Amino acid sequence: MGMNHDMIGHAYPASQPYVVTPENIAAFADAIGDSNPIYRDADYAKSLGHASVCAPPTFPIVATMSAMEKSFHDPALNMDYSRIVHSDQRFEYARPIRVGDQLVVTTVIEEIKALGNNDIALFRTEVTSDDELVVTGWSKLVVRGEES
Amino acid sequence: MTDFSALTVGDELPTIGKFFTRAQLVAYAHASGDMNPIHQDESVAKSVGLPDVIAHGMLTMGAAIQVVTDWVKDPTAVIDYSVRMTRPVVVPNTAEGVLVTFAGKVAAINDDGTVRVDLSAVFAEQTVLGQARALVRLPQ
Repeated sequence: MGMNHDMIGHAYPASQPYVVTPENIAAFADAIGDSNPIYRDADYAKSLGHASVCAPPTFPIVATMSAMEKSFHDPALNMDYSRIVHSDQRFEYARPIRVGDQLVVTTVIEEIKALGNNDIALFRTEVTSDDELVVTGWSKLVVRGEES
Repeated sequence: MTDFSALTVGDELPTIGKFFTRAQLVAYAHASGDMNPIHQDESVAKSVGLPDVIAHGMLTMGAAIQVVTDWVKDPTAVIDYSVRMTRPVVVPNTAEGVLVTFAGKVAAINDDGTVRVDLSAVFAEQTVLGQARALVRLPQ
């Protein structure tokens, strides 16, 4: 039993807001091993024309992954969580993430395809703050089928 | 300061190397919210057929773009970024961890003032990201 292909096009309710703080940005920059002061020093960020510290390009995953995980557990989707491999990721940035943003994610199932025993699902995550588009993510997940 | 006006397709960006350690995977798990135990627990990783704990693919993606953000100085210059995670980075339980090397080169210079940079990430002499591309708006 693979994923339910009837769910293609389904949009999940918007997530609870994720509030962007300087601490969360700095912790994420530490975790990817990037010492750029623009992620930690507000004065430095201001010298480059920003209101406060900037977020690293892959920071939106902190909001999009937890939003997607809710849908992974949707019984209607029939997705075996223990067999998921994240194979592709894309972010298209509409505007920089800012401290104080309240990131709200809407997850849409853009595509589900069977390939051999596997299902390949493409999730689109639209991230807004105060109803303004911030970034769109696309995550491709492979659900490995049972060995036959 | 990089002279962006003299840019040519094929130009290489400065390469960077990063050591991935178990401690960093724990830090990334907490910072990102991805607590999947295959990134922290050897026994779980091995039980699903992996050789050892593996790094989060998103950690590798996040580390690779530093080639671009160091080059342009401003991470908000990146307007589109995509990767395929083709192989895992296996991280043993050692103090020094494993070295991953990241490189980039200018793949296209567009009329709208953007450039496409193609990135690579190499671990144990094999690429771990495929089709890694960033679209970058150059500083004026």
